[in-house]
Amino acid sequence: MLARPGPDAGEVAWDNYLHLRDNPAGVTEELWQHDGGCGSWLVVTRDTVSHVISKVEMAADVKRAMQAAS
Amino acid sequence: MRVASKGLIDRSKPVHFSFDGRTYRGFAGDTVASALLANGVTLMGRSFKYHRPRGVMTAGSEEPNALITTGTGARREPNVRATVQEIYDGLVTRSQNAWPSLDVDVMAVNDLAAPFLGAGFYYKTFMWPKRFWEAIYEPVIRKTAGLGALSGESNPDTYERAYAFCDLLVIGAGPTGLMAALTAARAGADVILVDEDSVMGGRLNAESEAVGHQSGALWAAGIVAELAAMDNVRLMPRTTVTGAYDGGMFGALERVNQHTSKRGGGAPLEAFWRISAKHSILAAGALERPVAFQNNDRPGIMTAGAVRAYLNRWGVAPGRRVAVFGNNDDAHRTARDLMAAGVHVVALIDSRAEAEIEGFDGQVITGAVVCNTGGRKALESITVRSEAGEEALQVDCLAVSGGWNPTVHLTCYMNGRPTWREDIQSFVPPPGAIPNMTVAGACNGVFSTHGCLSDGVDAGTAALKALGKKAVAVEVPVAEDADYALVPLWAVAGKGRAWLDFQNDVSVKDIKQAAVENFRSVEHMKRYTTQGMATDQGKNSNVAALAILADATGRGMPETGTTTFRPPYSPVAIAAMGAGAQGHGFAPERHTTSHKRTVERGAPMIEAGLWYRPSYFPKAGETTWRQSCDREVGYVRKAVGVCDVSTLGKIDIQGPDAGKLLDFVYTNMFSTLKVGRVRYGLMLREDGMVMDDGTTARLGEHHFVMTTTTAAAGNVMRHLEFVTQCLHPEWAVSFTSVTEQWAQFAVAGPKARELLNGLLDKEIDNDNWPFMACGDVSIGGVAGRLFRISFSGEHAYEVAVPSRFGAALFDELVKRAEALGGGPYGMEALNVLRIEKGFITHAEIEGRATASDVGMGRMISVKKDCIGKAMAARPGLVDAERPQLIGLKPVSAEGEMTAGAHLFEREAEAVRVNAKGHVSSVGYSPELGRMIGLGFFAAGPTRMGEVVRLVDHLRGVETEVEICHPVFVDPEGERARG
Ligand SMILES: [Zn+2]
Repeated sequence: MLARPGPDAGEVAWDNYLHLRDNPAGVTEELWQHDGGCGSWLVVTRDTVSHVISKVEMAADVKRAMQAAS
Repeated sequence: MRVASKGLIDRSKPVHFSFDGRTYRGFAGDTVASALLANGVTLMGRSFKYHRPRGVMTAGSEEPNALITTGTGARREPNVRATVQEIYDGLVTRSQNAWPSLDVDVMAVNDLAAPFLGAGFYYKTFMWPKRFWEAIYEPVIRKTAGLGALSGESNPDTYERAYAFCDLLVIGAGPTGLMAALTAARAGADVILVDEDSVMGGRLNAESEAVGHQSGALWAAGIVAELAAMDNVRLMPRTTVTGAYDGGMFGALERVNQHTSKRGGGAPLEAFWRISAKHSILAAGALERPVAFQNNDRPGIMTAGAVRAYLNRWGVAPGRRVAVFGNNDDAHRTARDLMAAGVHVVALIDSRAEAEIEGFDGQVITGAVVCNTGGRKALESITVRSEAGEEALQVDCLAVSGGWNPTVHLTCYMNGRPTWREDIQSFVPPPGAIPNMTVAGACNGVFSTHGCLSDGVDAGTAALKALGKKAVAVEVPVAEDADYALVPLWAVAGKGRAWLDFQNDVSVKDIKQAAVENFRSVEHMKRYTTQGMATDQGKNSNVAALAILADATGRGMPETGTTTFRPPYSPVAIAAMGAGAQGHGFAPERHTTSHKRTVERGAPMIEAGLWYRPSYFPKAGETTWRQSCDREVGYVRKAVGVCDVSTLGKIDIQGPDAGKLLDFVYTNMFSTLKVGRVRYGLMLREDGMVMDDGTTARLGEHHFVMTTTTAAAGNVMRHLEFVTQCLHPEWAVSFTSVTEQWAQFAVAGPKARELLNGLLDKEIDNDNWPFMACGDVSIGGVAGRLFRISFSGEHAYEVAVPSRFGAALFDELVKRAEALGGGPYGMEALNVLRIEKGFITHAEIEGRATASDVGMGRMISVKKDCIGKAMAARPGLVDAERPQLIGLKPVSAEGEMTAGAHLFEREAEAVRVNAKGHVSSVGYSPELGRMIGLGFFAAGPTRMGEVVRLVDHLRGVETEVEICHPVFVDPEGERARG
């Protein structure tokens, strides 16, 4: 969700970005928003079986790190 | 009958209450069940399906039979367990599920028809014919089956939602829970101890065994007193933990005033708690299970542990001639306690031939079972079967024990599956089922008092370790430490009906029948027979039902497994869970600054999200809303109208990259917009569908104000937050919602400027304030903003002031409008005005429309990327045959049109597959003198002037309509610019 394809990336890339999601029984990363509060978007690492949340990062920080790496 | 010198009741405090219209006397400390038993009342209810007479079976919240209705009128509360409800002076209770009375219930005829009403009866009988279901079967079933009924009146009682936090939550205050709480509390942990009973101590209050050198009840009271005196402990009696959730969160229901006559005022009847705990200890104990045998449901038959509880805790002998029947040593206690209290024990019957009975010198029959009973509304006799044959015994009470089931429910609420333990013939919680929860005592299969006390200390110590606190040594007092010896006995072989689920009338035969019909999975068996589906959720009967299913299917218990337990553990009133949400509490209300004045003018208010907006402003002499609406449309078209538009979302956007953000979220260009100008923008979702539309004004080089529709304000805000945090955190831009900060009014009509110029500190004209201009203005010295925009197609403005001036400005605008032959207008007129101009709202952009569907395909700029641009270009979304925005008008001036109607070709049959489009908005246009509408039609723009058929199957409307251009009034847009 953080890696938005360019306008000319083509159908496959856009389909993947918009529609295709892994649905693992286990650890997965999700985007949450603190909707009733400050409005922050968060990258939450959660186990879909146990519901245990093992990591929470600000989405803006994650995105900045992605931008710096590319 | 009361037994002298027994029980924890206060005999100096008599309490009077009524049951089925008769007044009874009990004592403080009694439940309805104990007080009725003390008065010799054993018939307390009728079963769900067969209306069989039923008495109390247990002494706790698991009770399946003794369900009563408390209170009267609007305060009537059905399905209250007589075993839980404490009595107070003036308490009114009634039996349920019997007509005309508990004593003479004509529906008991169902019992005679029982051969036809077995497992799967509903599914088999009422399948055909289909229309009979609604007309006959369901009403009849609802009338004859079912439990208590609500009053149908609004609930006048107060409920509360409450929150608590702790280091350690201890669930259950029996020997295990008390020791666990004590261990943790003495070490300084912040402890909450919860128990569903009014008196803490659990089974210690129901048994005669000593703990240390005193009675168990006294010992428990001493520990409770020590805990109560500690600052770091909160005791919550009368509170049931109903669920375990993620992150150490628990739900709990506190029956705050159910045991008093206090109603209303500040005191809540019940409180629903969310308790957040770093660690928890489940010490929920165990529930005794009965044995199934023919006619095992007569009033007077109860669990052996319940008989001891009534005797030891409430000083009540549930019968004069009692027999005890069990498959385990624990049942022997009942015979011993009764004998010691001077109650005649007719016989102690143990199914085990080798059973050794100590401390009881009455008649003992080993290797025998109870195989049938006699009596109708009360137990009169039992039949005992042994090798010697069958023998009838005259008894009025039978205490039965089939063993104990650990109360594992809470540990199963997060996918945990309990594991079978052969030695205790029951299920125990799987380890680690709930994060940070320790399971201890009887609910973990530890059944001796001493075992529970020391398990409590161990659990408390383990919790302290997990919390990083140092334990202090706690001494475990001396207590009974007997082995729990039992041989499984689920059902006694025999011909008649042997009951398992008393509340839902499920018999052993029903379970076997389900297996025969191949409902072999526990989940299928449960639904087919309704085993465990009543309000008690089969707490006494599920394990036995599983054992019988296992036997019938030739599988073991581990393989058979259990059904899925789900919260709540015991019933919770919706009123408690949703406390505060009745009436106006259901949803917050957002009022505009003109709300008061609008309501004073008699305007009916309509909800728009959480906002309240006027539908129209009625005037004397008008009898229909249409008259008001037409008049208000006339204000705007001919003079000037005033409308509060503050509900539109307003987002203040600032920063050097504000233009970049707008270019990215709108399809069209905003970075090129000049300061002091406004532009209409269209916003897409990333999938290419239209998300919202609105105008954005540029107030400064780095300063914009975006408006959104009322409905989408929240969505747009979230969307902007997503874009600026997840996609472009590098942009230097900030924004915040200012919807509440600005009151904004539309001033629309040919006399709009005339009105404003009387009010503005500096006059405007068409040159310094042309169409789509914006800027700061001063209104009587108040700094405001003026936007020349139009949602009606007329010469119009929106004027904004800080909210605190809104009410005053509205009054002033309305007064001046009225002086000019205009006035305020509401949503109905606003809707007609915008339909006449073909302006879209969320009736058109309802999530399935693309930009080209609404005729704005060319608004997607080719010069830049934007959200939704790539996906909007998908072939399916630009297909020329897609339904596209059109105007509609009836061929005949009287023709009716309805929003939601479907559109068909003139000759086509009006069936779904032939639908070519639909009507999205309609209104009556005074200017055209007929109804007009907006809608979508396949390749609509190529069909101008053609006549199609409008059909509304729901409201029975069929009209010939002409497809036309969606702008009905002033298509050149001259008026807005004038
Ligand atoms: Zn936040």
